[in-house]
Amino acid sequence: MTAGDTLRYALTSLHGARARTLLMLLAMAIGVAAVVVLTSLGEAARRYVVDQFAALGTHMLIVIPGRSETGGVGPATFAGETPRDLTLDDAFSLTRSATVRRIAPLNIGAAPVSWQGREREVTILGTTAAFLELRRFTMKQGKFLATGDPTQASAVCVLGVKVRNELFGAASALGEWVRIGDRRFRVIGVLGTEGASMGMSMEDTVIIPVAAAQSLFNTSSLFRIFVEANGREAIPRAQTWIRDTLRLRHQGEEDVTVITQDAVLATFDRILRALTLAVAGIAAISLAVAGILIMNVMLVAVTQRTSEIGLLKALGAPGRDIRVVFLAEAALLSLLGALLGLAVGMAGTWLLGELFPNLDFSAPWWAVSAAVGVALATGVLFGWLPARRAARLDPVQALSRR
Amino acid sequence: MIELRNIHRVFHVGDQQVHALNDVTLSIQPGEYLSIMGPSGSGKSTLLHLIGLLDRPTSGRYLLDERDVTDLDDAETARVRRETIGFVFQFFHLVSRLSAADNVALPLVLAGIAPTERAQRVAAVMQAVGLADRAHHRPDQLSGGQRQRVAMARATIMAPAVILADEPTGNLDSASGKEVIALLEQLNTRGMTLIIVTHDADIGRRARRRLKMMDGRIVEDDSA
Ligand SMILES: Nc1ncnc2c1ncn2[C@@H]1O[C@H](COP(=O)(O)OP(=O)(O)OP(=O)(O)O)[C@@H](O)[C@H]1O
Ligand SMILES: [Mg+2]
Repeated sequence: MTAGDTLRYALTSLHGARARTLLMLLAMAIGVAAVVVLTSLGEAARRYVVDQFAALGTHMLIVIPGRSETGGVGPATFAGETPRDLTLDDAFSLTRSATVRRIAPLNIGAAPVSWQGREREVTILGTTAAFLELRRFTMKQGKFLATGDPTQASAVCVLGVKVRNELFGAASALGEWVRIGDRRFRVIGVLGTEGASMGMSMEDTVIIPVAAAQSLFNTSSLFRIFVEANGREAIPRAQTWIRDTLRLRHQGEEDVTVITQDAVLATFDRILRALTLAVAGIAAISLAVAGILIMNVMLVAVTQRTSEIGLLKALGAPGRDIRVVFLAEAALLSLLGALLGLAVGMAGTWLLGELFPNLDFSAPWWAVSAAVGVALATGVLFGWLPARRAARLDPVQALSRR
Repeated sequence: MIELRNIHRVFHVGDQQVHALNDVTLSIQPGEYLSIMGPSGSGKSTLLHLIGLLDRPTSGRYLLDERDVTDLDDAETARVRRETIGFVFQFFHLVSRLSAADNVALPLVLAGIAPTERAQRVAAVMQAVGLADRAHHRPDQLSGGQRQRVAMARATIMAPAVILADEPTGNLDSASGKEVIALLEQLNTRGMTLIIVTHDADIGRRARRRLKMMDGRIVEDDSA
């Protein structure tokens, strides 16, 4: 039996059992479509996060108090435990290198902010004028913190746009005095809307001078120091330099972690890729289910077509030919199902793209080829048992049953 | 050319043994016309299946064209069946989703013969069984007699040396039955060995050599 005839024969039997064929195509298609849509969702999320990070500004290093074992992004990075304080003086000592363009210390805390009886609990960031440039934020209104002596705790603040709207509504905020904790600050500016930092929206924060934040939260330590290196090539040298400088200042103890933006980016990239893989794996289970369905239906088909199999043997088909015919049926089913699933999946990702235009949905090629590959493999794998059973039928018995 | 030596065929049903063929020795020359008769369960079909290589003897030897075919492997048996044996069954055994012509072409497909040659040969045998105008009908659009003629066209398309017919008229009215027998005898006059298993004494009598079976043994072997 030639390959072409085998395929044609398999097609006639698929065509002969249309309802069964459609059902199996559907099962396979759902599995493949699920993989395509879910992986493109995962990939879109990953790309979104990575892009967000890239938007932070390029040549950035972040100094975190506490030593992380790996030097990468460990638990301490985000837990922010502080074995030794990182001071404002530490921060400004870092500017004395050609590799460093600018630095911005950061203090963080939460406090109620109120104006004329309206009160909101928001995140308070204490920093310096350099922060605006360093993080590529823009102002919607007014000015950012003034350049000047950073140890001066002047009573001014910059509002995130959401805070502004919730406290002031239609009223003008500039020049007004708001109460933060137990102090009063004058509003000198409102941040633009596009700002987001490390997944934290800047719309919901209030920025005050770092010295003011230190006294507000009654602490002399910093939460982070942001350092912008003088160009991409300067990053490694800046990293060493920061480490060395701070070790000297901390009596020879290496008790800070310096991470580069690249490292953070790589970590998030890894985490989200793993997530996408996991989701793809879960979707692939439906492929296995489709495979089992194919096996079950093929087994039924073998029983239903016993006398046909007997006939083929009587006409001179070796067991091998019969096995190949049934395998071809299973393979055709899964291939056609996979193609159908691809079409549905593509349509699905297109639809997602229409619904969420600012995310980039496209199924990664590895997921698409894996889905089709797994579909084919399951089809053939689960088609194997029925095909073997068909090939081993005793022709006399098979013919006697009508 | 067909030579059976001390053939036994024993079926095991539970802990019971059924001796379907009991020491059958038989020799059939090319071009012979044989009928096999006998009561139900006497082993006629079993004998035919063995000759057609659909079944294997429990013991004994089977020589076909002087070649021992008792222990051939699956691929070789299939080949011998394909090239030297044509089956005609009581229940026609047509593939219902295929047209008459496609059913007839099946042995050629299995033999890997190219479609153009297939079409010619199918047309020729369909003509020979008088169904040229029914080639594209499906089996359920044909009468019983027509179906059996399609089955005969299929059995002969590989020009086998032996035609084995197990109660070919068992499901037909007497007129269609006569047509079918006439066609089979026509094949025999062209030189094919013809073996018919039948319950119909009139049909059985027509053969030049008549076997009678009883309890798995050949009890009569008349050549007239
Ligand atoms: N697969 C089988 N398993 C067990 N016993 C079988 C099997 N096939 C046939 N037999 C037994 O072998 C014996 C001969 O059967 P066979 O079919 O050859 O009879 P037959 O002469 O063709 O009968 P009929 O005229 O009814 O077709 C019977 O007793 C039958 O029950
Ligand atoms: Mg019988």
